[in-house]
Amino acid sequence: MSLLIRRIGFYVLAAYAAITLNFFIPRLLPGNALDAVLTTMRGEITPQELAGMAAQYGIDSKQSLLAQYFTYIGHTLSGNFGFSTSKQVPVSTVLGGELPWTVGLIGTATVLAFLLGTLIGVIAGWKRGGLIDAVVPVSAFFQAVPYFILGLLLLIIFGADLHWFPIGGGYDATSRTVTYVQGWNWPYMSSVLQHAVLPAATVVLASIAGWIVGMRNMMITTMDEDYVLVACAKGLPRWRAMAIAARNAILPTISNFTLSISLVVTGAILVEVVFNYPGVGLEMFNAVQSTDYPLIQGILLVVTLAVLIANLLADFAYIVLDPRSRREA
Amino acid sequence: MTSLDPALAAAAADPAPQLEPAAPRHSRTRRHRPPAKVLVGGAITLFFVLMALFGPLLAPHSASWVANTTNGTPQAPTGSLWLGTDNMQHDLFSLLLIGSRSTLLIAFLAGAIATVLSVAVGVTAGYVGGVADEILSALSNIFLALPGLLILMVIISPLPVPDKGNSFVIGLVVAITSWAYGARALRAQTLALRGQDYVVSARVIGERRIRIILFEIVPNLLPIVAASFIFTVIYGLGVYVALCYLGVVSPSSGSWGTMLQGAQSNSAIGNGWWWWYLPPALAVALVGLGLALLNFGIDEIINPRIRSARTGRGGVKFQLGLTPVVRAAAREGDAR
Repeated sequence: MSLLIRRIGFYVLAAYAAITLNFFIPRLLPGNALDAVLTTMRGEITPQELAGMAAQYGIDSKQSLLAQYFTYIGHTLSGNFGFSTSKQVPVSTVLGGELPWTVGLIGTATVLAFLLGTLIGVIAGWKRGGLIDAVVPVSAFFQAVPYFILGLLLLIIFGADLHWFPIGGGYDATSRTVTYVQGWNWPYMSSVLQHAVLPAATVVLASIAGWIVGMRNMMITTMDEDYVLVACAKGLPRWRAMAIAARNAILPTISNFTLSISLVVTGAILVEVVFNYPGVGLEMFNAVQSTDYPLIQGILLVVTLAVLIANLLADFAYIVLDPRSRREA
Repeated sequence: MTSLDPALAAAAADPAPQLEPAAPRHSRTRRHRPPAKVLVGGAITLFFVLMALFGPLLAPHSASWVANTTNGTPQAPTGSLWLGTDNMQHDLFSLLLIGSRSTLLIAFLAGAIATVLSVAVGVTAGYVGGVADEILSALSNIFLALPGLLILMVIISPLPVPDKGNSFVIGLVVAITSWAYGARALRAQTLALRGQDYVVSARVIGERRIRIILFEIVPNLLPIVAASFIFTVIYGLGVYVALCYLGVVSPSSGSWGTMLQGAQSNSAIGNGWWWWYLPPALAVALVGLGLALLNFGIDEIINPRIRSARTGRGGVKFQLGLTPVVRAAAREGDAR
């Protein structure tokens, strides 16, 4: 229990650090956010608007930095991320539209990669030197290639060359035969699925290697344990013995995975840019191009918090699965 | 010795499955031959390092050279222009050679700086312990959770142009977001080493702490340092190419990421101009592959048990509960 409290304490600290960093990033950079907005602004702006925007960014000169900081934290905690300067809508509205795409894509791909990768890793480790074990060096290739390069290669081969899948976007707006209506209808859903295949395949291929290698190496270590030998000596079927080894081998793999969650998420976000996929990553790219600081801050914060929550869940899973972790605390 | 024994000589000549893996002669040759993965990975890496060192000198044309000024469409590869041209009629083969330098320079620079940082943080946290450990560990965990690439996009894009073109600034900034992984691994290993007898005895005879860290601890961490260096170089490569690809960084000399960005913004994929985007994408992929194979090899040297029977010991079958390990390698492992 105390371990759990310690972990939660850490995550609260990390979330606080992320919010603080987020507060300081635009203020430490050359020029202030308002200047950046004004240079990109087209058309006229009234003094009231200017004052309003200054207040929005908290660069109202009357406020001290400390006061700005507390205002920012208060706004963030109440879910007020400010107003996107390039889109002229609240940041939370933008995020609400983009997040389902990203969460759907990365979530599905990560779960798929976990299930497939663990299974392949277990078998590769169990039958070391077998046919499946030969997959391991191949998977090294996918692990080493940056996500978006892998995405580009898939896009080139299966999109531009073979025309099996569309080469960008999240769905078709219209086609020769049908007009798509967004919502839970089959033509639209199938269009969404079709567009998701390549980006999802990229994330799966890129992240599966970590699971395979980690699981295989842990299996090999675990198989030397006495309890696996006992299971075999008792005459359990091979697959039961394998399951016993696998169950124990999976624990360190999970805790290793928590380390790489942020890599997976940032990698996947780049994949969105490659595929022009309408998620948070593409939005981030556009926001940086148009120096839309409120939007940038909002996205950074949401992504960081998502990574922290994923870490927390993995920690929970670890504590639930491994009795030793509870006792050591 | 073995030549006197006809049976053994025959066995040595014929790579039969019955060959004893720990036979003295065999183990001696094996010990001096690194795993095949290391050789292949090292060869690929060496090739690209040489390319980065000498490629810009060998490039047939300069980065600003154009084949002609009238044509606006990219030219397919020909005998004289091996990789064709882009829409501005630059020679893409030259751009690939020239771009290798900044790409690899920043990847290795970021790897080196991040490795120094991670050794400093990880070993200090592991060896000193206490409050310092708590603070440094929390710090590295926070850095692990932060989306490094996104923060880099935000930090780098408003930098003044001279800084953006400065390899050291970019390498440093990339390194700052990438040291935490190595620091964690090194801290864990330092904790394990700290209780070892030889470290305790060094402490007992009154060696200074800094000497113990530098001469007793760090040399025994070298394989992990090497692995984390390579990991960071791969990471730095990906991040730098990504930053160029997104147009956040645009070095004047060009890089592979810049080529990809040019291809992307001119929709080269949709137009089928494969010679524009495929060579830099494959080059990045190959460098990554070479480094990853090296890392695999290092992993196998650190932990000989994970070696695959296919690449390691010709035909020795693994049996449940018994892990055949080449004896020499096992002894190295134990010593560590």
